[in-house]
Amino acid sequence: MASPQPRIGVVTYPGSQDDRDALWALAALDAEAVPVWHEERELPDVDAVVLPGGFSYGDYLRCGAIARFSPATAAVREFAEAGGFVLGICNGFQVLCEAGLLPGALLRNASLRFVCRDVPLTVERDDLPFTTRCTAGGRLVLPVKHGDGRYLPPPDLDPAQVVLRYVDNPNGSVDGIAGVCNEAGNVMGLMPHPEHAVDPLLGSDDGALLLASLVDAARERVLAAI
Amino acid sequence: MKATVLVRPKPGILDPQGEAVGSALGHLGFEVSDTRVGKVIDLEVEATDATAAAKAEVEQMCERLLANPLIESYEVEIVG
Repeated sequence: MASPQPRIGVVTYPGSQDDRDALWALAALDAEAVPVWHEERELPDVDAVVLPGGFSYGDYLRCGAIARFSPATAAVREFAEAGGFVLGICNGFQVLCEAGLLPGALLRNASLRFVCRDVPLTVERDDLPFTTRCTAGGRLVLPVKHGDGRYLPPPDLDPAQVVLRYVDNPNGSVDGIAGVCNEAGNVMGLMPHPEHAVDPLLGSDDGALLLASLVDAARERVLAAI
Repeated sequence: MKATVLVRPKPGILDPQGEAVGSALGHLGFEVSDTRVGKVIDLEVEATDATAAAKAEVEQMCERLLANPLIESYEVEIVG
C-alpha cells in the first residue's frame, strides 16, 4: 500500500506572515498542507496543525494575546486536548503560551533589539512527534527573527519539557530555552523558524528535520486510523 | 462607569524597557533607580452604575485578557 499523505493545517490569523512558507515547506516534505482561516470554528479533517509566525492582530496588548480568542484557536485547543499534534512557531508559540496550551510567557528581548539571524540550537528531546528525526544532544541551525522571544518559564516547569536550547542565547531567554512542549508532549512551541530552513539554498535545511518529524507522526496517525 | 487599569511587570521580572528608560533619565541628569514601564488602559463599563460591580467586571477583564498573571500585576481604579 502506498504510504498515505497526511493533512496538516496551517492557521492564518490577521497579521500572520509565515503561513505561506509553512504551507510550502510542509508540501515540500510530502504533506498535504491545508490553509485554515482564523474565523473557522471547526478544523478541517487534519492530522496535525501548525500555528505560524507573524504578528497576529498586530501583536497588540501582548504578542498572541488576542489570537488566543479567535474561533480557530478554540478549535485548535479542542484538537490539542484530544491528543492532536500542534506546533507553534514564533508568534504561534506566543499564541500557545497565551492560550495556556504551553507553559510560560514570551517577553521583549533583553537587548530590546529585534534579532534576525541563523542561530545554533541544542536538541534536548528526540522522542517527540516533532523531533524524531533529530538526535538528543545534537545541533540544529535555524533562523530566528523576533523582538519578543525572551522565554520565561513558570516556576514549576519540568525540565523534561525543554525541547530546544540556544547555544548562544540571542534574547535573554531563561536557561537559553528556545522551544518547549506540554506535559503530554503533543504540543510544542519554538521561537526559531524551521519553515524557513528546509532547503540548503536558504542557508540550512535543518528545519526539515523538525517538520518532517511532524509529517511522519501525522502519517502514523493516518495509518493508525485505517 | 469609567475605569483605569494599570498593568505592571511583576517584581523580579526583568524589564529591559524600564532599564533603558531609567538609563536615558540618568543621561539627562536625573537620579533615578528601579524604573519600570507598564501600561495604562482606560475604558468605560456600560453595564452598571455600581462601583463595586464595575470594579469586579474590570478585574475579570484583567484576569482573562488585559494582564498575563504570570508576568504582570494589575490595579483597577474606578474613576466614576
